[in-house]
Amino acid sequence: MTEYTPQKLYDDLVAHRHIIPVGVQGIFGRGAVFEDVLRRFDAVISRVAASDGAEVMAFPPTLDRKVLEKSEYLDSFPNLAGAVFSFFGKEGEAMELSGAIHAGKSWEAWQKMTDVVLTPAACYPVYPSFTGTIPEQGHLVDMQNWVFRHEPSNEPTRMQAFRVREFVRVGGPDTVVDWRDMWLKRGVEMLQSLGLPAQSDVASDPFFGRGGRMLAANQKQQKLKFEVLVPVISETKHTAICSFNYHQDHFGKLFDIKTQSGELAQTACLGFGLERCVMALFKTHGMVPSEWPKAVREILWP
Amino acid sequence: MTDEIRAILKEHGRMTADATTLGENEDLFKAGMTSHASVNVMLALEAKFDVEFPDEMMKREVFGSIAAMRAAIEQLTKNR
Repeated sequence: MTEYTPQKLYDDLVAHRHIIPVGVQGIFGRGAVFEDVLRRFDAVISRVAASDGAEVMAFPPTLDRKVLEKSEYLDSFPNLAGAVFSFFGKEGEAMELSGAIHAGKSWEAWQKMTDVVLTPAACYPVYPSFTGTIPEQGHLVDMQNWVFRHEPSNEPTRMQAFRVREFVRVGGPDTVVDWRDMWLKRGVEMLQSLGLPAQSDVASDPFFGRGGRMLAANQKQQKLKFEVLVPVISETKHTAICSFNYHQDHFGKLFDIKTQSGELAQTACLGFGLERCVMALFKTHGMVPSEWPKAVREILWP
Repeated sequence: MTDEIRAILKEHGRMTADATTLGENEDLFKAGMTSHASVNVMLALEAKFDVEFPDEMMKREVFGSIAAMRAAIEQLTKNR
């Protein structure tokens, strides 16, 4: 019988060189086989979505700090955000910095906040590009970005940095909700075709603090977030490997995005947590891909 | 109590409408209050009336109108 614990998954992944510990929680290297499966899984998503006509965009794993501030991310998840700090001083201060570091002392005093933060969710860089009136058919964007979450953990599916294959839809409410529902069905079918016991459910984001409990309850009540879940580290508490967020006019309002009729545009996004999807495949089918079921291999290795 | 609720709404509700003249049953979310603003309103009400909203009250309806907020605070303070 398969044992579902975080430690078991971590040990198995490390033993097979799928992940390479680096000494910091939630930041590990990925081995060749892990990367191969990840790229192939990503390609399966591309095939499924090929006829959608999405515009591909790529962004670095850093974001304009002003976008993060404007987006209310820091109101929702102050504990998860990561700002980039750097050195702005002159020679004398550089010597002090060096001295502090080599003496094993804190060197925070010589660091100041830069204009960039680490991208917290793959879709964040794209919203400012929609400002103005959108075309009749709206927008559909396809991205794969690295994201950062400050939540160090030994639990292998809870990473500080990981890749998300993300799609964003912008348009009127019907367009956006229909698109979300279409992908929810298609996403679950795609994952099930890979032998994963995937099920979707209403979900909420991990909003910070007591006020966050209210935001989470509202989100659930309004069915704004769905997740696709698979048993990976627990038989009972399944892991979200794909998530769907319907933002209503949240980003439309913040970034002044309008439809042709002059109303605030709505947005929705969906993201596959690529590392989690790969871990779900390893957990379900075993640590050696050459031994995976034929039907699964035919999809990933067409 | 209604005036105090209105004052809190004015300060924290970030609404397009004027909190001092809004109808007591008017939908505050339709008047432009965001979910995040409603959290700040909730926390300000707790501080002002020295109450703590239990989990079952932490929902949209409870903070959706001036009348609903007043009813919730009255319920939390009635046994004092």
